[in-house]
Amino acid sequence: MNTPETDPTAALAALYDPDPLALSRLRDSLVGAAASADLLDVAYRTIDSPVGTLLLAATEQGLVRVAFDIEDHDLVLVGLADKISPRVLLAPRRLDDAARQLSEYFDSRRMSFALPLDFRLATGFRRSVLAHLPEIAYGHTESYSQVALAAGSPRAVRAVGTACASNPIPIVVPCHRVVRSDGSFGNYRGGPAAKSLLLQLERAAAQ
Amino acid sequence: MSKAPFEAIVENHGATVLRVCRAVVGFHEAQDAWSETFLAALRAYPELPAGANIEAWLVTIAHRKAIDITRARARSPVPVDEPPDTRSTVGLPAAPNPIWAEVAALPNKQRQAVAYHYLAGLPYQQVADIIGGSADAARRAAADGISTLRRNYPRTQQKAGNR
Repeated sequence: MNTPETDPTAALAALYDPDPLALSRLRDSLVGAAASADLLDVAYRTIDSPVGTLLLAATEQGLVRVAFDIEDHDLVLVGLADKISPRVLLAPRRLDDAARQLSEYFDSRRMSFALPLDFRLATGFRRSVLAHLPEIAYGHTESYSQVALAAGSPRAVRAVGTACASNPIPIVVPCHRVVRSDGSFGNYRGGPAAKSLLLQLERAAAQ
Repeated sequence: MSKAPFEAIVENHGATVLRVCRAVVGFHEAQDAWSETFLAALRAYPELPAGANIEAWLVTIAHRKAIDITRARARSPVPVDEPPDTRSTVGLPAAPNPIWAEVAALPNKQRQAVAYHYLAGLPYQQVADIIGGSADAARRAAADGISTLRRNYPRTQQKAGNR
């Protein structure tokens, strides 16, 4: 141990006290002040789910991103800072509704979501594919070519695959209900196990 | 180069900025200074050049906010109770360590130099850029401040009782 006589910073040891309680209060009030000042461009939180920890992010317009564990949440946040705004804060309250509806969905008590969505991370054809997906009923599936037909471009089967694989709001926008014509699952942002779990959950609940 | 989400800035620098605010405007007004600093930083963050020195940027904002708060305090002085001669022995968790009172008693420049160099870790040149004057003057102010704190430290500890 250094004594105050030999180490000037020892006199300051108490000044370095991190005071986590004061800090967490300050961070909470910053989130509130940021929201009132229209500076909370991207709010996020995480929730636990049967498909792993999910990151939820919302702009002022609505839910903009749902990300699986395997996507690396830190990277996802950097991506949001890049593509939307670096004003990104951990602010659970804006996502209370989304968190509650997702938890009801995983408890098989909810078959469709009623949330404002922000599709800014999907453009053009991809967005029209995503717009069609909520029309696929809970517990049912469509093939990539059926979705291509519904989106108005029957030959764009591969593009439908890309649109589904890059869906920024999975689960809520049910790209997991799009499967290959032979009945196999196809690619999924959350991995094949997550896709299979969601489809089984819906099939069991729909019966 | 992409910019870190602002949450990471709060996570990485929040504690340092709180220390700096406590040293510069005092323990109790530090909360306001901290909040105003981070709200101003959040507002300006998209325009901050990528690769900028975040700590120096935040300390510069905190320095300006501290000046605003000190000026506002001077314009409309709020009645404050005389500090008690003896401290509570109950040891309320919210009671600041008496070292903060010693910091508050330092002359302005010394207090700022100690805060920005010792608490925020900025080199003397950057400290000088913020508080004015030369790097040497900043070094002397920090050294004088520290030696006063060091001299008063045993007394402070006695006052604090069996901490």
